[in-house]
Amino acid sequence: MTHRIPYPLLLIGLVLLAIAFGILSMLVGPGGGPTEISAMIARGDTDLAWMIVGEVRLPRTFLALMVGATLGLAGAALQGYLRNPLADPGVVGVSSAASLGAVLALYTGVSLAFPMALPLMGIAGAVLCALLLQGLAGRGAVLTLVLAGVAISSLCAALMSLALNFSPNPYAAAEIMFWLMGSVTDRSMDHVALAAPLMMIGWAMLLLVARSLDALSLGEEAAASLGVHTGRTRALVIGGTAISVGAATAISGGIGFIGLVVPHLLRHQVGHSPSKLLLASALGGATLLMAADVLVRVLPTGMELKLGVVTALVGAPFFLWLIFRARTEFES
Amino acid sequence: MKLEARNVSVAIPHAVTGAQIVNNASLSVSTGELVGLIGPNGAGKSTLLKAMLGLRPRDAGDILLDGADFLVQPPARRARNVAFLPQERHVEWRLPARDIVMLGRYPHRDRFGGATAEDRAAVTRALDAVDGHALVERPISVLSGGERTRILLARALAVEAPLLLADEPITALDPYHQLHVMEILRDRARAGSGILAVIHDLPLAARFMDRLILMHEGQIIADGPPTTVLTPENLSRAYRIEALTRENAGETFVLPWTRRT
Repeated sequence: MTHRIPYPLLLIGLVLLAIAFGILSMLVGPGGGPTEISAMIARGDTDLAWMIVGEVRLPRTFLALMVGATLGLAGAALQGYLRNPLADPGVVGVSSAASLGAVLALYTGVSLAFPMALPLMGIAGAVLCALLLQGLAGRGAVLTLVLAGVAISSLCAALMSLALNFSPNPYAAAEIMFWLMGSVTDRSMDHVALAAPLMMIGWAMLLLVARSLDALSLGEEAAASLGVHTGRTRALVIGGTAISVGAATAISGGIGFIGLVVPHLLRHQVGHSPSKLLLASALGGATLLMAADVLVRVLPTGMELKLGVVTALVGAPFFLWLIFRARTEFES
Repeated sequence: MKLEARNVSVAIPHAVTGAQIVNNASLSVSTGELVGLIGPNGAGKSTLLKAMLGLRPRDAGDILLDGADFLVQPPARRARNVAFLPQERHVEWRLPARDIVMLGRYPHRDRFGGATAEDRAAVTRALDAVDGHALVERPISVLSGGERTRILLARALAVEAPLLLADEPITALDPYHQLHVMEILRDRARAGSGILAVIHDLPLAARFMDRLILMHEGQIIADGPPTTVLTPENLSRAYRIEALTRENAGETFVLPWTRRT
């Protein structure tokens, strides 16, 4: 058993790490590093410097921070609620539903006439999904919720394929494909302003269930006998995930593996406590996604890699390694 | 304090025949007594226990705590008065045993407040009762069945509710741990708790319990001191067995011996 960092120190460390990557994210990328930027300011070219730092990098840094925090937090909350280490925000179908909404905006061309239609329709998709889940599986076993989520996910995936199938021209199809890969590039502060309040509402809902998640590790009946409102807990988990992940996906597209991997990375450090894992995973997710977004900018790949591609490319093998290392733990 | 089930019925969900798992059952448990709920598999014991806790819906009947409707009270208040040890012994995550016991303080704590000195004292008392201090640092997943049961019992005791309902607390334990858990339950009852425990082990039930309640096909067919409940007629009717009744050092025990032919 490896050494554990005390919880307050862990949180402080994660905050410092997030700040460091946030600063790094403001300093690197196309347009120039710190030396070029200071040179621009020195020769009086402050408009250009502001455009690069304030209008290009600031929104994407904010979005990477908030989307990463959302995915980490929602992943930890769902793993705790479903008592399943393989759960992630995708498992309840919310991300697929948000993607479907956004894809429909692209497919119908509404997003050309009115750019904000894309995130708005994504959020609408996530909310519809949450209502459907609450209706189908608001009561009953946790398994019902997972099965309903899988069914909704599959349906949304099928409908997205249908949209691709019928897309009027290759450009429209390519646009949908690229959007689905997930990215925080070329987003404005308008996107931040739209998504941030929703994500924060979702975070608050998810953080409210922290102690109930601890009690739920004893099983649903024991938790209920301790005074946990099981119905309210489920509504908060579904609603909080839908609102925060829905808003995140609607802005950034599908970014996988953060919600799955981050809770695993930090679970041991918080002593396996589902409640302490929430805040730690939010900070860890924010840090990791900002780091990934810095990575796509500095990698000399010619064409910028999509953020979702990088998280999956790094996340999937890493997850395999985690499973390999934890085999003995699962088997015991 | 007294928890009472009055004319409780629970039907099998979605059954066309209206078959009942629990049929017009009435029982009570009061502080200071250790009561055993016995009966063959499928008699409705667990279902009745869960109905009394509001964990599954009833079709008829009332659950009363000191004469007032128990299930309309806020969940946290219910939890502070009646603790529950479920049959389920699985705990998700590798939580250290100390954290598991601390979960018993859930109904006493604010949503965001940390553990108070009183919470920690209650956890210590609960660990004293089950002799569990040596286990606190270990993850629950590496404990043996007996150790795990003791820690989960400590979790239920840490609630410090006047009443405790326990579903098969000694099932699947070795004789040493069965005796240990029965002694813990008896000590808690002597210290003033009221305990209602589902139990299958008739010799231990006869020895340790102050009172036994016998269920058969959803109905309560006997309720009283062990010697009056574990009669040959009752054992034959409910369990379809014949048993030996013996005495040792002034204690009566009943030993299942043959199936009724």
